[in-house]
Amino acid sequence: MIEVKNLHYTYASGLEALKGIDLTVEDGEFLAVMGQNGAGKTTLVKHFNGLLKPTQGEILVDGTSTCDISVAKLARKVGFVFQNPDHQLFSETVEEEISFALKNFGFKPEVIEKQVDWALNLLDVVQYKKTSPFMLSGGERKRVALASILAWDPQVIVLDEPTIGQDHQQKEKLQQFIMQLNAQKKTVVVVTHDVEFVAECNPRVILMSQGKIIAEGIAEQILAQKDLIAKASIVPPQITQIFLELADLGLPTDVIDVHEATKILLNRLRKKK
Amino acid sequence: MSVFEGFKFRKVSSVVHNLDPRIKFFFVIVLFVAALLFNKIIPLLVLFVVPLPLVFMAKVQRQWLRSLRGALFLAVFIFATNFIFGYFYPGSYTGITGSIDTPLEYFIILERSASMTLRFVVLIASFSVFFLTTSPDHLGLALQQSYVPYEFCFAFTTAVRFVPVLADEAQTIMDAQKARGLELESGNFLKRIRNYIPILIPLIVNAIRRSLELAESMESRAWGANDKRTNLYRLELHRADYIVLLVSVLMLIVTVYFWLYVPIPSLTAFL
Repeated sequence: MIEVKNLHYTYASGLEALKGIDLTVEDGEFLAVMGQNGAGKTTLVKHFNGLLKPTQGEILVDGTSTCDISVAKLARKVGFVFQNPDHQLFSETVEEEISFALKNFGFKPEVIEKQVDWALNLLDVVQYKKTSPFMLSGGERKRVALASILAWDPQVIVLDEPTIGQDHQQKEKLQQFIMQLNAQKKTVVVVTHDVEFVAECNPRVILMSQGKIIAEGIAEQILAQKDLIAKASIVPPQITQIFLELADLGLPTDVIDVHEATKILLNRLRKKK
Repeated sequence: MSVFEGFKFRKVSSVVHNLDPRIKFFFVIVLFVAALLFNKIIPLLVLFVVPLPLVFMAKVQRQWLRSLRGALFLAVFIFATNFIFGYFYPGSYTGITGSIDTPLEYFIILERSASMTLRFVVLIASFSVFFLTTSPDHLGLALQQSYVPYEFCFAFTTAVRFVPVLADEAQTIMDAQKARGLELESGNFLKRIRNYIPILIPLIVNAIRRSLELAESMESRAWGANDKRTNLYRLELHRADYIVLLVSVLMLIVTVYFWLYVPIPSLTAFL
């Protein structure tokens, strides 16, 4: 469980990025952090594995303050997948890249081998085991980066903008994969702008603007509130926009999912017949 | 990354910021030459003090101090190596024969190491003033007006401009590797150096990738289409520039005079 208590963070440049955040992320929860650029989303999640330490307030991960424990130790529990895979890939082969963290954590060689193979298969990059990560396409590099975190099977997985730069098919796969992780009782925290992605996963959403949480609730409640999310520079999913514009016809205004929308429309059409 | 902080330009207007970069550079070069000509602690202390008025006039004390702090590690390293080598191989200049045992002899070696360190600090201090108060654009203009081909000026100013970008990127990469359990500060000296490989490789790869992208994007915007390039702004010398120029020339004359004709005492002479 991650508990954030009255978190303030000011960068060395004087920029006050977080202004009093209170938040609890339960075990096994799926949380999406949304908001405009510069709202403090990444700054907030960087506190979860101790990369940033609070200027004021505190963060407890399973009861331990992140100030009392090194990033390397905390990382064992909280895996953090960075937005740009090019900020971490450095090894000669994909296999070595994935084993890097496991070696840092002092896993035994036979365990490393097993975990690397498991992660390679999990993210469908097993065919690139002996390839240089620099030879891969953007989407593949992203998957290798993700595999390199999942390899040690952390309890909490933080993903910073996972859907950026992925084609539709990859996005779909990624989405299924993230939901699968969550189904396995992993805590998943996703920082994202992607409303369609959030609409389909329907996680709990916190909406941030200018270093504060301005709203909190399940995706259905948040994404359908046009004026509220506009404050965070987000527009509702297209399907919600249609339903909002047709509200005069008596259509519900809190529909964010295409399948649900189809069901409602079909029912209506059938009734009319 | 604090050493880069000292070389990060911030847009402020002050007498020092508005000086012609060529004149400022000449001033810094005079300090540079003087620092290399003298190896005694007294003249080096004087040289350290000389750029201070500029620092205060430009109001960049904080950044300037930060760049000095960034150089602290290297300064300590220079001091330590000088002291160790001076201890085992006292050069003929010290007048010490045999091994070092009296306090006076220790003092001589200490003073020598301190002055070598101070020489380095003077160089950092003066160059830092130059970079803190000169915008990359001004620098580019100065180079161009000194008849350096435009391609070189551009490459140079771009390199300067990208230093802070690289520093930010290095920080992100460090974070990404720490998140995978890398402990930069662990292990012995060699292990610590090896710890930086996962930082340096992505940094270099990204820098090369970025430079290729920059080249492509510039060529697609017709870079180099005209052989003769004109500039909206031209650098002109003002009164303040002439004053600094005069001061620099005087400093150079005094320096050379002292170097040639005035024997400079060590601190030990006062003991």
